[in-house]
Amino acid sequence: MIQLTHLQKLEAESIHIIREVVAECEKPVMMYSIGKDSAVMLHLAMKAFYPGKPPFPLLHVDTTWKFREMIEFRDQRARELGLDLIVHINEEGVKAGINPFDSGSRLHTDVMKTQGLKQALDKYGFDAAFGGARRDEEKSRAKERVFSLRSAEHRWDPKNQRPEPWRLFNTRKRPGESFRVFPISNWTESDVWSYIALEKIPVVPLYFAKSRPIVRRDGALIMRDDERMKLLPGERVENMMVRFRTLGCYPLTGAVESEAATLEAVIEEMRNSHSSERQGRIIDHDGSGSMEQKKQEGYF
Amino acid sequence: MDAIAVDRATGGETAPQTAVAPSIDGAQKSLLRFITCGSVDDGKSTLIGRMLHDSGVVFDDQMEALEKDSQKFGTQGDRIDFALLVDGLSAEREQGITIDVAYRYFSTPRRSFIVADTPGHEQYTRNMATGASTAELAIILIDARKGVLPQTRRHSFIVSMLGVREVVIAINKMDLVGYSQQVYDKIVADYRELARRLNFGNIVFIPISALEGDNVTKPSAAMPWYRGTSLIAHLETVDIKPSTAADGAFTFPVQWVNRPNLDFRGYAGWMTRGRIAQGDAIVALPSGRRSTVARIVTYDGDLSEAVAGQALTLTLADEIDVSRGDVIVSANYSGKPRSLIPARILWMSERPLADGSTYLLKLGTAMAQAKISVSRAVDIHTYEEGEAQRLNMNEIGIAAITLDRPIVASEYGEDRELGGFILIDRWTNETMALGLVDSSLSPKVAPDTIAQVVPAGLAGRLTTFLAADLPLRRQTRGGIFQRVLLGYAPLAVIIGGIIGALSGSLLLGLGVAVANVVACALLSLWMQDSGMPVDESRLRDEANVDGDGI
Repeated sequence: MIQLTHLQKLEAESIHIIREVVAECEKPVMMYSIGKDSAVMLHLAMKAFYPGKPPFPLLHVDTTWKFREMIEFRDQRARELGLDLIVHINEEGVKAGINPFDSGSRLHTDVMKTQGLKQALDKYGFDAAFGGARRDEEKSRAKERVFSLRSAEHRWDPKNQRPEPWRLFNTRKRPGESFRVFPISNWTESDVWSYIALEKIPVVPLYFAKSRPIVRRDGALIMRDDERMKLLPGERVENMMVRFRTLGCYPLTGAVESEAATLEAVIEEMRNSHSSERQGRIIDHDGSGSMEQKKQEGYF
Repeated sequence: MDAIAVDRATGGETAPQTAVAPSIDGAQKSLLRFITCGSVDDGKSTLIGRMLHDSGVVFDDQMEALEKDSQKFGTQGDRIDFALLVDGLSAEREQGITIDVAYRYFSTPRRSFIVADTPGHEQYTRNMATGASTAELAIILIDARKGVLPQTRRHSFIVSMLGVREVVIAINKMDLVGYSQQVYDKIVADYRELARRLNFGNIVFIPISALEGDNVTKPSAAMPWYRGTSLIAHLETVDIKPSTAADGAFTFPVQWVNRPNLDFRGYAGWMTRGRIAQGDAIVALPSGRRSTVARIVTYDGDLSEAVAGQALTLTLADEIDVSRGDVIVSANYSGKPRSLIPARILWMSERPLADGSTYLLKLGTAMAQAKISVSRAVDIHTYEEGEAQRLNMNEIGIAAITLDRPIVASEYGEDRELGGFILIDRWTNETMALGLVDSSLSPKVAPDTIAQVVPAGLAGRLTTFLAADLPLRRQTRGGIFQRVLLGYAPLAVIIGGIIGALSGSLLLGLGVAVANVVACALLSLWMQDSGMPVDESRLRDEANVDGDGI
């Protein structure tokens, strides 16, 4: 008798969720944030519709402050897999000169990411958007549903969530309402890396240690990815062996010092790690319950 | 690693995958899903916090945040309050209670665990049932100082009803009763008595202190009289058998038809039970058409066989019509498509279920309109059944469900995925209830009489009216009434019916008041059928405007 392993069960569950969206929703889209979780989600989508291709486009909400390597990787992956990629930039935000240095992380994230996402979803009329969020990432995510209903204004009401017994999802919604769907809800960071190794899924090289130009700022190691990052008095660029555990806007993503240059080394390092992956994310620390608040406002 | 390579590459044409480094976590580990039941006072969150902490998944920055939170919201004085690790939403932290189901993840070198952490209070019975629906094991906490309480009975009932067979009774706070074996023995005896009326397979009792860590991850020095394993050791080694059905059949609900090009037509879905192999004879239900499995297609290559839990795409040897909602089963499947389903339902909405209401039923990948005839309710404290015509939130009832078309449903005890369903309100889209197919129940089906459907105050009057309205009934509008009563008339027909009945009564010279009563009655039928709340007292007032006129 075939015994399914932990990862095989997770994989089957995720494929089931992805297919359910395609079967029940009119115009789905997959949020592609280029990171490892997106990489796994995309891989699962490729599996779900084989021998066909995923019958939906990828959407990247580009804040214009992503690492350059992320953008290269994004375009290359979409090309290799032959998928439609929609890149949306909040042009109003760009015109207003919103940036993570002068506007602060909170305003930047709200305008370029949250508002940008809402704009894109409204513009194309998507009624379901896949996201690569995992429940183990953060406490308020632990209670997120797999099918998370959003109002026409994209708001999330944590007190009014639909129960999801078994693998039965209530996919009904009114016109204007939409779903955020999280196929890898039940995966942990460790599961994601193990699966990437097992399935040989390509990921952005930023996850692996390399000598990179680093500025120490507010206790974080920030990679100076381009000239837009001005050095403050007393700051200097050092070349350090670092890698990233999560990827986002480069000015808001702290690197960790590491020698782990291969997948095996990264997994080994993570297993012995004593800090959570979101520690490097500056936006999460805007106050207790801050992720929950962002989500109510429409953040993914 | 051999297991994986073999599982994934049993397809004849596929080359075996290269073995992956055995160091990859999760490549060989099994998965156990369990639920924890108990109230905050029982130390449930503390227990989970302790398990997460002791298994090393709590990181330094999370510990730092935890220490800060403990001083701000903690209930353990200066000590770290592990409960705060798991109580996620701000409202919960402030009120010190767990409101929703939260999922937690940890793993040991042997197994990965998904924990459904569910609230203990009675008003959250529905959340607990949701957590139990996918659980293979339940940990039921009992406070050693309090023993078996009404809530213990309630939690045990729900866990048993949702099909969890493997149970751990964790008798917590042993430190507060001096680690007394006598206290422990008494609780064990009391619980065994309670469990006689439930459907558990295996019950394991473990005395613990979640706060101090006794018998959680390590055996306790304070309780040398206990010779069993620690809680974690038990979770790591307990053998979970997949549920099997007597007929040994496989079932594969079709989720989506995959037609990427003209040459390929595959049925994507998820095996809910049994095993399937290339060449197997199949029947597509409800049509009953037969064929054989041509290929079991996956991205990793064709498989020669597959088992329950796998997501697959099947192709068939013959071109037969199969679509979403259909179920591909093996030839020995003993079930038949049916439009009458006896079931237990747990009502989850604040708006109560009225006998005779109509909802959408989703089971597997099938959706149908369902009329619910509730006849009995179960008291989850005494386990006794009593007569009932309605169900309030968190109440469990026994109901006969009449569908507008036959669907394939298995017995819940044999197949949770194809025996469990949800009820959805057609207008608000709210998930109203979860239900379990159980043919051993014999609920009575409500006859399609007016008295069953119409609000109590109106029933007598409408019957009288219909009797007086026989000429109308023989004409077309009789048909409308029939369909309204059966509960499947589309909205337009009912509105038409109301207008028709209104003018019809006026034509017959019955007067505006009577016409109003008819319109009112029809509207209330429609509303009730749709699961909308009907304020019966108001309807009665409306009907009484000229009550004696009928």
